[in-house]
Amino acid sequence: MASERAARRMPVILCIVAALMLTMAPLPDWADSFRPNWVVITMIYWAMLLPRTYSVGTAWVVGLVLDVAQGTLFGQHALALALVVYITVKFHLQIRVFPISQMTATIFAMLALYQFVLFWINGVAGINSPAVAYWGPVLTSTVFWPFVSAIFGNIRYRVHSRS
Amino acid sequence: MVAANSNSTHRAAHSQALGLRFLLLAALSIALLVVDHRDRHLDTVRKAIGAAVFPLRVIVDAPVSTWNWLAETTATRNELQSENDRLHDERLLTHARLQRFAALEAENARLRAMLEATEVVRNRVRVAEIMSVSANPFRHMLVIDKGSREGVFNGQAMIDAEGVVGQVTQTGLLSSQGLLISDPDHALPVEVNRNGLRTIARGTGAFDQLDLPFLPNNADIQAGDLLVTSGLGGAFPAGYPVAIVDTVIRVPQEPFADVSAVPSAALNQVRELMLVWIENTEYAVPVDNSDTPQDTSAESAEPVAQPNTENQGEAGG
Repeated sequence: MASERAARRMPVILCIVAALMLTMAPLPDWADSFRPNWVVITMIYWAMLLPRTYSVGTAWVVGLVLDVAQGTLFGQHALALALVVYITVKFHLQIRVFPISQMTATIFAMLALYQFVLFWINGVAGINSPAVAYWGPVLTSTVFWPFVSAIFGNIRYRVHSRS
Repeated sequence: MVAANSNSTHRAAHSQALGLRFLLLAALSIALLVVDHRDRHLDTVRKAIGAAVFPLRVIVDAPVSTWNWLAETTATRNELQSENDRLHDERLLTHARLQRFAALEAENARLRAMLEATEVVRNRVRVAEIMSVSANPFRHMLVIDKGSREGVFNGQAMIDAEGVVGQVTQTGLLSSQGLLISDPDHALPVEVNRNGLRTIARGTGAFDQLDLPFLPNNADIQAGDLLVTSGLGGAFPAGYPVAIVDTVIRVPQEPFADVSAVPSAALNQVRELMLVWIENTEYAVPVDNSDTPQDTSAESAEPVAQPNTENQGEAGG
């Protein structure tokens, strides 16, 4: 029983690890400010589909890891990610059945909220930067969302058809 | 799957628990943020998570290092030969310079002995490789492959062949994070090499620009002046080149001149850098300025406030 559950969780954990690695991967300077929030869209997807297993607690821990990996204030990404995942879990039944256009718009709004929390905490801590710089990841993450969700859907389908 | 067949009361209870859990975690995050921002007491937690992330960093860095290794092993004989020639020439040049340096150092030591001044501190350096550069555009940070196991400490200076790169801010066991001098939160005490005018160089967030915000309009500074570390504040050893003054704009009605400088080190191109240990000093000033006195031993003779600069900060963010 326990090992079966572990086997079902493994693909999702690998997805989160892959998202973390993509976040840390080196990119040229001009592309760096347009790096998609891989971890956020991964967490939103799995929280939406399996809200009982991947909820605010998982998001918070992953956010802490993200804080250490990026060298930001401790708890910043954790708070933002937990908030976004909270909203996702709260409305997962609605979001799940949205058509793709409406779902993408929802994702856009949630990413904007995520970046706003980061912006706000940075502002309070005195790390100033132009607000425009926060929009890059929101746009690219939204653009990547349909592809990422298609890939995750495939992974989920395989895992479920195997068990 | 499970949610589909749960009844509504069950779901309401679950959603309440969810809200409660979120509020708890949010409160915990804010507590962590405040503690981390006020004073960095979370180093051990960071180190533990950093150790867990370390293998991921190695994997992420693997393609780049493999590419470098491939480029090196498949280099043609001609390329190697020309590089060898170039290095040979460079070595001759630096050797010639070093001979003069040895003589000058001896002379300097003699003169200092005559003046009964303290002996110049000797610096020990060690090469570290850069594993990754910050993934966050608002923080100019990099990760190096040396940690506390090799004796790296918080606040340690990082330099490259051309000048100061930054300082270590977070020491892990096997890797450390460093802040570049171009980070908007970084400031370091410098002096103009030509006349010893002391001031603060602050990062701007651009790799090729530093600001000198605290120079009055009548300060003796001009484009082309070399800025070197002054050694005040204790974080950086004195005498390493930092930047070359680029533009000096004096607006008569403003109290301060608008001075910007170009860093000497190639901040966005370095692949390797050197860590500096200051020897003959028994103190090492950490980055955070909350719990450390400004200076304890060697530097205490030097007053921090300067007569010709209005505003003196401290090194580091």
